[in-house]
Amino acid sequence: MSTLTTHKQDVSMVARNLNIYYGDFQAVKDVNLEIKKNKITAIIGPSGCGKSTVLRSFNRMNELVPTARTEGEIIFEGIDIYAPEIDAVEVRSRIGMVFQKPNPFPKSIYENVAWGAKINGFKGDMNELVENSLRRAALWDEVKDKLDQSGLSLSGGQQQRLCIARAIAVKPDLILMDEPASALDPVATLKIEDLMRELSKNYTIIIVTHNMQQAGRASDYTAFFNMNPDRAGYLVEYDETAKLFTNPKEKLTEEYITGRFG
Amino acid sequence: MSTSKSSKQNPRLKARHRTGSVWQTIFMISTLVGIVALLALLYNIGDSAFGYVVVEYQVLPESLERDGVALEDQTVDQLLLTFQENVSKGLYRRFEAEGAFENPTEVDLENLIVEWVLEARVVEGWGFWESLRNRAEIQAQAAKEFPNGQLEMRSWLNPNFLVSRQSETAMKAGVRTAILGSLWTIFIAITFAFPIGVGAAIYLEEYATDTFINRIIQTNINNLAGVPSIIYGMLGLAIFVRALEKITSGAAFGVLEDPTTANGRTVLSAGLTLGLLVLPLIIINSQEAIRAVPQSLRQASYGLGATKWQTVWYHVLPNAISGVLTGTILSISRAIGETAPLVVVGASTFIREDPSGPFSKFTTLPIQIYQWTARPQDVFRNIAAAAILVLLILLLSLNATAIFLRNRYARRL
Ligand SMILES: Nc1ncnc2c1ncn2[C@@H]1O[C@H](COP(=O)(O)OP(=O)(O)OP(=O)(O)O)[C@@H](O)[C@H]1O
Ligand SMILES: [Mg+2]
Repeated sequence: MSTLTTHKQDVSMVARNLNIYYGDFQAVKDVNLEIKKNKITAIIGPSGCGKSTVLRSFNRMNELVPTARTEGEIIFEGIDIYAPEIDAVEVRSRIGMVFQKPNPFPKSIYENVAWGAKINGFKGDMNELVENSLRRAALWDEVKDKLDQSGLSLSGGQQQRLCIARAIAVKPDLILMDEPASALDPVATLKIEDLMRELSKNYTIIIVTHNMQQAGRASDYTAFFNMNPDRAGYLVEYDETAKLFTNPKEKLTEEYITGRFG
Repeated sequence: MSTSKSSKQNPRLKARHRTGSVWQTIFMISTLVGIVALLALLYNIGDSAFGYVVVEYQVLPESLERDGVALEDQTVDQLLLTFQENVSKGLYRRFEAEGAFENPTEVDLENLIVEWVLEARVVEGWGFWESLRNRAEIQAQAAKEFPNGQLEMRSWLNPNFLVSRQSETAMKAGVRTAILGSLWTIFIAITFAFPIGVGAAIYLEEYATDTFINRIIQTNINNLAGVPSIIYGMLGLAIFVRALEKITSGAAFGVLEDPTTANGRTVLSAGLTLGLLVLPLIIINSQEAIRAVPQSLRQASYGLGATKWQTVWYHVLPNAISGVLTGTILSISRAIGETAPLVVVGASTFIREDPSGPFSKFTTLPIQIYQWTARPQDVFRNIAAAAILVLLILLLSLNATAIFLRNRYARRL
């Protein structure tokens, strides 16, 4: 594994000249981005501009789409995750993912949390790991008496927190979240946001969201994407959330966050 | 204003409802046709499998009591004595020399007594429904035309029928050999086709990329599922019976059971042929089941750093298994009723020995039924009907077992 000399201590991930294609169609064009360690970075932008595509390229989930092709570099903790000697499976165990729609396994709550750790060779006290992960996901008190019930028996918000607990249990360094609260009501959404704030003490988090308030409230940095007329997505502006929302450099960003877009 | 609007819409609404009820009636009629056909089938089989018969005996069964025990309740030793006392010495010695008394069951001996002592013959028979309706008339007719005969209500499907071997005499013939043959062939077919079929389905769904060659393979599998079964018989004959004779006859393993007749025409060849026949069905149904597993589940698994194999083994298969088993159940049903390919592969036409292993000669229930219906005597039609009932019951119980297994697996998820 090649450690790059440019690696900075407070940077978790760097994307350089990132281009992503689906067959002949270019979905993402020339993205350069530095994700800060132990911070929450929000990705916003209009539908179809390639937010999910970029996010999935961060842990090589895009490779599951047969036509997808990624060019450029993504450097995580000093390592190019697309280098030929790097195994995508290992990348994904270090960079966890939470999806838009809660997708717990049709297994017990306990197994949902334990499974990922188990397949990654976790040898310690499994009960403790499950409890800790559920506590960190702010779900423990609600499920501690029914760990053997199906994960599908929980409410949508609980299911999403279960998915977060499941991702934490693998002990990743970075967690990717693709609109994790879009299927939830405002109360459950706030819970997830509090949870993210709590988690950011130990993890780096990247979250895709359509909710401007959420991005403003819950993130430290914000990346605004837009797409060209040929539908290729590109990064318009990337800055600290406070600056980007109060004093955007680009006119487009201002229009988008104030809702006068398009 | 709203009233005028609704009255304007009303005629259209009525027409829509009318169309709906027309289709509902059509669907109901289709269902009824199906039910009527099924009932007709059951009526027909039941009519042949049960009913009054007139049996003529050379010796009456009542005269063969021994120590006050009626013939059907006697033990093996008693039956042996009864037989010995009532046949000529020469005949007894002949059976002894053939080894018929080495380990006889009660049924074996009873059959011998029926054939050689009682010399029972069915001289007339009536259908079940007629027997129920015209009881008095039948009794009168039987008394008039067959003064020496005995009128009995006979169920051709009876315990003796299940445990007896094939025979030239319809009254003694049974389906024991055929049941065992059917079970053996199905067992071999499923053991062969299930792992290969599910494996191929996993490969095609989870591993194979969408290339030209893979598409051709897929199309071929789909077409194979529709190929007439007789062609699988030809294939089985060419591959298993002829080309692989050394293996399917057991010669390669030194376990030739019957070197003179079996050749490659063994239970193994039949099972493998049926296995080939159901393989495309199992593949297609398993693919269907695997495809139905939501993509989000795979993503969740990959997202945790699972390999492809872990994803397939822990998530895709457990969620697909119930569909996979449903497909297998359908395949069993198909295979167990197949006749044509087994005729080609060389099922024995008349066989009295139970299949004792994969290298035995064999017959199966449908073949037995087919042969009996081809016989000129009416009584063989009766036992064919009884054998059909046995086949249906066997089919239902195999399916019930598979459904039970499936539900148990499905509930564990
Ligand atoms: N599997 C795929 N195959 C082909 N094209 C795809 C695939 N997934 C996404 N795309 C295309 O890539 C572009 C970006 O899609 P993506 O899902 O990343 O957008 P998004 O910004 O996440 O949108 P949304 O906010 O609606 O989720 C779109 O034009 C989309 O049609
Ligand atoms: Mg998206």
